[in-house]
Amino acid sequence: MDLKLKNINHHYGSVEVIRDLSLDIPRGQIACLIGPSGCGKSTLLRFLGGLERPSSGEILQIGQPPEDCLNPLTYVFQHFALLPWRTVEGNIKLVLEDHGLSRRKMDDIVTNVLERTRLSEFREALPKQLSGGMRQRVAISRALAVRPAVMLMDEPLSALDSQTRELLMDDLIALWTRQPFTSVYVTHNLNEAVRLGHRVVVLSRRPGRIREIVDIDIPLSERHLGDPVLDEKQKQLWELMREEAAAADKELINV
Amino acid sequence: MSDAGTLSTQSTISNDRDTGQTGSVVQPVPFRGGGFAPKPVRGVAIAVFVALLIFAEIGTRTGFITNLTLPRPTAVFETLVQLWQTGGLWKHLIPSLQRLLVGGALGISVGVALGVMIGLFSYVRAGLVPLVAALFPIPKIALLPLFVIWFGIDEMSKYMLIAFGTFTPTVVATFGAVDNVDRSLIRMGQSFGLSWWSIVRKIVLPGAFPAILSGLRVSISIAIILLVAAEMLGAQYGIGSYILEAGSLYDLEKLFAGVTILSIMGLIVNFVIGRIERRFLNWRE
Repeated sequence: MDLKLKNINHHYGSVEVIRDLSLDIPRGQIACLIGPSGCGKSTLLRFLGGLERPSSGEILQIGQPPEDCLNPLTYVFQHFALLPWRTVEGNIKLVLEDHGLSRRKMDDIVTNVLERTRLSEFREALPKQLSGGMRQRVAISRALAVRPAVMLMDEPLSALDSQTRELLMDDLIALWTRQPFTSVYVTHNLNEAVRLGHRVVVLSRRPGRIREIVDIDIPLSERHLGDPVLDEKQKQLWELMREEAAAADKELINV
Repeated sequence: MSDAGTLSTQSTISNDRDTGQTGSVVQPVPFRGGGFAPKPVRGVAIAVFVALLIFAEIGTRTGFITNLTLPRPTAVFETLVQLWQTGGLWKHLIPSLQRLLVGGALGISVGVALGVMIGLFSYVRAGLVPLVAALFPIPKIALLPLFVIWFGIDEMSKYMLIAFGTFTPTVVATFGAVDNVDRSLIRMGQSFGLSWWSIVRKIVLPGAFPAILSGLRVSISIAIILLVAAEMLGAQYGIGSYILEAGSLYDLEKLFAGVTILSIMGLIVNFVIGRIERRFLNWRE
């Protein structure tokens, strides 16, 4: 299933947030959205998943999601959004319970996703017992449990410290390598963008438009910390963003 | 010179100071971080309580406090024991507990239900929040005669008075609790395609539960206060009527015995809610 944004415009009151933006999200790839703060990248992600409506323009899904997919457009949130009163298992089952699956089937799915995110031994733990990185792993396994057609990731690593971020990036790369998924990945961290993105979409400051699309051809599994080619790409992205970010920083916030 | 070089010179200087070669005063950095963090201290509550009792006992025995102002604590205790032995305790306690239970359950369940509806539906909120705000400050005791007209002199008017009294604080606590449920969790539920009912049942209600429970502490205390008021409506038995009777005869021992029972009821409620919190809210950080 592909996604397509067509001539999106959006206002919050009198503030124009996004102007005439069109974008294709091809299947099987990770598309990273980067841009200065307030450029509407998270808003764009909420449009893609149907949590918010643009003032004008269309969001289209092209083709049917796979048969076994329980929730085609699935988010991973910056602050994890785990229910603190449910265990790891309960949090994953929360999103399965409404689909009329048998108890056995649900257990199988939970076992499978916990294995894939290496969380099997934490099945009975409560979120408060887990570190930030572990909580986000739980959120990722919850997202995997519904077999999404597209994963919409809203700064999933931004709430974590940089060491944990490295570890989780490796995890995400391993997950993708094992079973490629389609994803839109919003971040303000250029390093994450060049490590995880097959294509990096650079947005301008408000009102958000596409400034440039940078494709990175190196396979994810071969991208390592400190790779000179990646560093070069990251520098290129920073050059693109620098002025926009500086200008955005000086704007008054009145949203 | 490099940055490292500057650093090393600085450290030599501080070493000099350490050994006192430059003659400066060496002193520990004063600690300024304490306080503002109350922690539970065991036994203090009981000590204060016992001290007050002993003070009252000595005061009344020596005549420093006259018998007209305060009864002797041991005499109050004797009255309690007597009440227990003659079976009068249960005769008064059971009707009171029944009123508290029926009235409180009615007020709390309607209050929680309406509070949740106010939290969820804009129209209910727009319609009822001003009404609740208008009802909240009315002293329910002032409505006593009206309740007798509406619901008769029997148990019903007592139930309704207690129900009405617990209803308003419960509604306010409940819709506040629902309002404060983490919106990002609700968004999450929507993004995974959970049904409206699932979101309410699995996200909104458990999320609001802690604040509803602390609202219940207030509501139940108010219910106990109103119990006495309700029993002014001509009840033959009940802790409230026992206290009123003692009051009109100026029998201070009996009066204080009754008040003690009410106070113990309050403590028990507090304890039970504390237990429920510990049992069901262990997920809180």
